[in-house]
Amino acid sequence: MIEVKTDSWLKKISVPVLAVLFGFLVGAIIMLIFGYNPVQAYSEMILGVFANPYSIGEALTQGTLLIFTGLAFDIANKAGFFNIGLSGQFLIGWLSTIAFALQFPDLPRIALVPLSLVIGTVAGALYAGIAGFLRAYFGTSEVIVTIMLNHTILQISNYLTNFVLGSSSRTERVSENASLSMEWLTNLTDYSRLNMGFFIAIIVVVLYSVFMKYTTTGFEIKAVGLNPDASTYAGMSAKKNIILSMLISGGLAGLGGAINGLGTFGNLFVLGVLPAEGFNGIAVALLGLGNPIGIVLSAILFGILQTGAPFMASRAGVPNEMAEVVIAAIVFFVGAYYLVEWLFEKFGNRPAKGPASTDVEGGVDQ
Amino acid sequence: MTTSEVVVEMQHIVKQFGDFKANDDINLEVRRGEIHALLGENGAGKSTLMNVLTGLLEPTEGEIKIKGEPVQIDSPDKADELGIGMVHQHFMLIDKFTVAENIMLGNEEHNAGFIDEETTANKILELSDRYGLKVDPYAKVEDISVGQQQRAEILKVLYKGTDILILDEPTAVLTPQEIDDLMRVIRSLADEGKAIILITHKLDEIKQVADQCTVIRRGQGIGTVDVKETSQQELADMMVGRAVSFSVDKGPAHPEEVTLAVNDLVVEDARGLNAVNGLSFEVRKGEILGIAGVDGNGQTELIRAITGLMPSQSGSIHLDNVDISNKSPRYITETGLAHIPEDRQRHGLILDMSLEDNMALQTYYKPPLSENGILQHKEIEKHAIRLIEEYDVRTQSEKEPASSLSGGNQQKAIIAREVERNPDLLIAAQPTRGLDVGAIEFIHKRLIEQRDNGKAVLLMSFELDEIMDVSDRIAVMYDGKIIDIVEANNTSETELGLLMAGVSREKIVEEHKEELSVGD
Repeated sequence: MIEVKTDSWLKKISVPVLAVLFGFLVGAIIMLIFGYNPVQAYSEMILGVFANPYSIGEALTQGTLLIFTGLAFDIANKAGFFNIGLSGQFLIGWLSTIAFALQFPDLPRIALVPLSLVIGTVAGALYAGIAGFLRAYFGTSEVIVTIMLNHTILQISNYLTNFVLGSSSRTERVSENASLSMEWLTNLTDYSRLNMGFFIAIIVVVLYSVFMKYTTTGFEIKAVGLNPDASTYAGMSAKKNIILSMLISGGLAGLGGAINGLGTFGNLFVLGVLPAEGFNGIAVALLGLGNPIGIVLSAILFGILQTGAPFMASRAGVPNEMAEVVIAAIVFFVGAYYLVEWLFEKFGNRPAKGPASTDVEGGVDQ
Repeated sequence: MTTSEVVVEMQHIVKQFGDFKANDDINLEVRRGEIHALLGENGAGKSTLMNVLTGLLEPTEGEIKIKGEPVQIDSPDKADELGIGMVHQHFMLIDKFTVAENIMLGNEEHNAGFIDEETTANKILELSDRYGLKVDPYAKVEDISVGQQQRAEILKVLYKGTDILILDEPTAVLTPQEIDDLMRVIRSLADEGKAIILITHKLDEIKQVADQCTVIRRGQGIGTVDVKETSQQELADMMVGRAVSFSVDKGPAHPEEVTLAVNDLVVEDARGLNAVNGLSFEVRKGEILGIAGVDGNGQTELIRAITGLMPSQSGSIHLDNVDISNKSPRYITETGLAHIPEDRQRHGLILDMSLEDNMALQTYYKPPLSENGILQHKEIEKHAIRLIEEYDVRTQSEKEPASSLSGGNQQKAIIAREVERNPDLLIAAQPTRGLDVGAIEFIHKRLIEQRDNGKAVLLMSFELDEIMDVSDRIAVMYDGKIIDIVEANNTSETELGLLMAGVSREKIVEEHKEELSVGD
């Protein structure tokens, strides 16, 4: 028994690890084809991140946001939905948090920070809830609805930023009382943007794990996701769980956006495209195999890649676009880790084959 | 007949998966013009052997000769080439295609690249005339009955020019009358010189139609017998490896007050048609009411409406005098229902979850399995271990996913979970489908035990034997209605068969007076 379990656990881990290695390998091949030195590029990237505390802080700042969107994708995924609207929910969380914090700049910090974060969370939850509600009551595809909601909020946010909340493409910065920055953390990481959000993320990961593993509601969400028919048979309400999981998913993404707003930037500005954190959250969740610890690790890995990519350009002379392509290759293999799994099945674990009938006595001679 | 040519010769076939021998030295010899039954329990290795013969699996050891020639059947195409064809238990037809389109699939008659459906249809009509396999080649598969679909499957195989025909459990979905028709067809095919291999676990069918019978038990060939010289009891003992009791051991029922009362119920199916069309019946404490009928006459919809999985349009359903019509499954379960669902893998279990979680599926939200919304994993584990032991569920561990269990053990797990809640009403839909004799015996015992404990039991099954053996009263469904309710010990297979075909009892009495008196 134990042997079987260890085996499958090891295998489970090795699939995402191989996916990442494959990504690096393909990235290296691309660089070679175009005449760049992949060894130098990768080492500059890694060194760039780890050689100074500022970059480490930045990587963790980015990782923090991806923990939220990764968990957000994961819970919807466990309930059987593909929440591709994380970017929109992230953005509405960012938007409403900034709007609130700008409205009440003089509230004491102890009230303003939590209230702003709650506003962002609720906004994200309700925004995803639209898709959940439509799915539960009308069977509308949550993929299409959330994609449309993504674009809707992008335009709304840009409009409000330009004409209502701020001017000339950006809002004012929120007051000191709304800031998530912590002095010792800022000093420790040489004035990076790393903030309180990182610790909030760790707390949320713990709560999330407990929720999924130990509560009856978490059990129901998993059950509905694995087999909606059997869950209905067992008296669980599919509608309730669809909506609930989308609310939680959107809430997590919205909280990520809120932390991005108060912690990373301190304001909101006009965006040309949807925040990448939403889409990268999908890859983070898949690479993390739906395990909270795995999601934390893969979020940090993504944070490192994103923070490190510019060093490939600035120090190894790889053009920025090439750096992006290399990162994309890694993301691709992470997202397509099923491909790796398949390769693994095919070549890694070949079952012992019995002799063909031609090999045994009295066998067919052809 | 014994003098005709041997067309299939499988010698010392061994098929090994890892350490497990699915086939362990099996011999099979089938002659031209012979109906050869292959008898064995579920998982005995019948399908493996046939997969070897049809090129889906390669044997680990052994030799196959077709028409005297040693061959290596390494692909289904090779089997086709050798004239070996199989009619699978689960039909492999495309619903949206016509019968003709399905039949020519992969062997399209064409004219300069354009499909020639007419030539195909004529060829099909000729074949169906010759063997009495009536089916409209232009009808879409989704519009024809299960019996007709099966004929289409047989035609598909014949169309390819098959002369070694394998039929896998062909009667599972048919009415007694359709079974008789099928047996006639099989006989005429054999008389034409085709070799027929009939996979079955129904002994009466073997007695009725087969010439030879090869018995397989736990992957080993037990032997081949002449059907005429062997009794059903002998065949059963060979199959199971011990003396089997056929009759279900049960005393008379002591029905008491009404537990389930269904009144004038109407249920629409997905297409908006009245699948259940104004029917009424009662089930009392201490009795088993069987619902017989051919698949597709509203049984599934009836049970889904009672259990809250489907809305009803009108009428009422009362459980313990509580109106449960159009209530949620949770409400109905709490009122006193346990339900062994028809499709155990779709409704009964969450296959990717552990067995212990599956065992908790109906009670996870209540103490002791959870307290204030927090799951008590220790209790869930204890609960599962107790049920596994009590109901003899064979599994490596309660942590294994439900998908790792065999069909019989999955069913035992569901029964354990449902019966253990001590419900007033137990609904069992097709509880033994696809299970072997041993598991069937176990499940029937449990159903009767529930009855004897003063519970009401509603049994829905397409297997007439099961309905007749286990039920106290039998309600026959036809076209969404209950055409009649008869006493189980006062009816016959013929009578039920006719009722299932929609012939009312008055008519039966009129037309079959003599037959009936024999049947009693």
